[in-house]
Amino acid sequence: MPLELICPAGSLMALKAAVDHGADAVYMGFRDNTNARAFPGLNFDETQAAEGLRYAHDRGRRVLLALNTYPPSDTWLRWTGAVDRAAKLGMDAVILADAGLMRYAVKHHPQLRLHLSVQGSATSYEAVNFYREHFGVQRAVLPRVLSLPQVENVVKNTEVEIELFGFGGLCVMVEGRCLLSSYCTGESPNSAGVCSPAKSVQWKETSTGLESRLNGVLLDRYGKDEKAGYPTLCKGRFEVSGETYYALEEPTSLNTLDLLPEMLKMGIAAIKIEGRQRSPAYVTQVTKVWRAAIDAVKKNAAGFTPAPAWMAELNKLSEGQSHTLGAYHRPWK
Amino acid sequence: MNLSLGPLLYYWSREDTFAFYEAATDWPVARVYLGETVCSRRHVLRLPDWLELAEKLAAAGKDVVLSTQTLIESESDLKVLRKIVRDGRFLVEANEWGAVRLLSEAKAPFVAGPTLNVYNPETLDVLASLGARRWLPPVEVSRTALAALMAHAPAAMETEVFAYGKLPLAYSARCFTARHYNLPKDDCQFRCLDHPDGLPLATREGKPFLTINGIQTQSAGVYNLIDEVASMRDMGIDCLRLSPQSRHMERVVRAFDAALAGETNAMASLVKVMPGPSVDGYWHGRAGLEQDAAQHA
Repeated sequence: MPLELICPAGSLMALKAAVDHGADAVYMGFRDNTNARAFPGLNFDETQAAEGLRYAHDRGRRVLLALNTYPPSDTWLRWTGAVDRAAKLGMDAVILADAGLMRYAVKHHPQLRLHLSVQGSATSYEAVNFYREHFGVQRAVLPRVLSLPQVENVVKNTEVEIELFGFGGLCVMVEGRCLLSSYCTGESPNSAGVCSPAKSVQWKETSTGLESRLNGVLLDRYGKDEKAGYPTLCKGRFEVSGETYYALEEPTSLNTLDLLPEMLKMGIAAIKIEGRQRSPAYVTQVTKVWRAAIDAVKKNAAGFTPAPAWMAELNKLSEGQSHTLGAYHRPWK
Repeated sequence: MNLSLGPLLYYWSREDTFAFYEAATDWPVARVYLGETVCSRRHVLRLPDWLELAEKLAAAGKDVVLSTQTLIESESDLKVLRKIVRDGRFLVEANEWGAVRLLSEAKAPFVAGPTLNVYNPETLDVLASLGARRWLPPVEVSRTALAALMAHAPAAMETEVFAYGKLPLAYSARCFTARHYNLPKDDCQFRCLDHPDGLPLATREGKPFLTINGIQTQSAGVYNLIDEVASMRDMGIDCLRLSPQSRHMERVVRAFDAALAGETNAMASLVKVMPGPSVDGYWHGRAGLEQDAAQHA
């Protein structure tokens, strides 16, 4: 079944919201740094995970577990323990990035379905097929760096199901290949499961405006009429050759509603909504819009245009109240 | 323990590139990594040119390795990758897992590059079983984490560490150099040629922070482990990678060579020729941009 809707579940409330409003599957993480949203107060302990699974399975939906950070040598057992728990709980798949951990999963839980995380940085069918051949990976989530024709070329040359990010925070860098956060704070998504961690953020009102800093590094300064966003490192304003601008990326979100007909046609298996750190209310609204949009495109792909109300709703929820097609759309590159 | 010259991360003119490697034939580096690892649009040297350089350096007694592109996006990127694997004359450094697949299919031994994300001995063992003979940890890995990994590394696996240069930190589909000039990536007019050590990016209070290098983002600080040479030798590290810079590279190489020979004040000779402030935070398990104060008080 093409174009499944995969929604974020940072909490039991968010999981229920996603299931109730039309997600085909949700993805979650355990409450530690085995996943790339290792934020305080987020994610699931074993009891909550079991309850979430029951809730979803009772309604015919699936639950995927993100175990997508890279296990360091000294705490390797935390990650293998998480794989064991995922299998015991009956997770419908685990989303992994580390090849060593995949080998462990295949050896000890051969029945467990494996997805390649976006953190695995696979951008070609050669890389995707590597994970297929060696670990039997059944689905791969592609980094948000390929254009649609490039995505199509991957789809055509692999048996692995391809999942794409459809909406939410936009990583401008190849996921799994970005160490900007640890350069600035000591913690990166790969090793700590966080990017631009909240504990390193400082806000300060100054005579020249509101300043946001990450571990002391000035990321931006906002004038009176400017809306300040979360200080994600790559979305700060910096000076290059005397010019101050968003040197890497504007604070904007990815929104690919416009591209749904093309994604359907090229056989994309699933659309992923980013945002396990977001509220249940957010998950409700985004899930509703995407459910309606995916149903509409499946009914009539040729006549599909995103309803203005959907776009308005999504823009309201977007970072910086703006959105982009990202790399899927060639001119962005 | 010996020295390697890492792949050239910047885009230099053809003459400058050839002159650089001509000079390198006389430098005390055991190993030279060649090839374009950052951007497929960079073309003043094409694969046959790199192979010609490889032959020259090999004839001068260097151990030559061909490095593959880190971000593979298109079928033409894969074509180049397949040509490198098929050539077979030189060892290849795999910088993403598609290259690992092709090299293991060809039964060719290879170097597992720093962007393969080896954070534990299990993953290194997967790579060893596929033909990896040497590996580099991700640049963010600390001394302590590396030691823990090396304690369980597969037998006969050589460890190389990125020990000098601006740190390659991130890769994007977007070209930030083209963006700076308001040019589309497809018509970037090869502005990287104007920035032989990258384009400096500073905070709004003028503090150097990062370096823009096309689709790659680097640190502004120069990672410099010259004061750690003795302890790295004790750890059993086999090779130190020095990342090319446009000026004074010979002095960098010779300073590290002196440090290998036991010179304890080699840092002093480096300070004047570094294209940015010295940083070593990653090695000490801290933010990458930090510099161990004890070392330079």
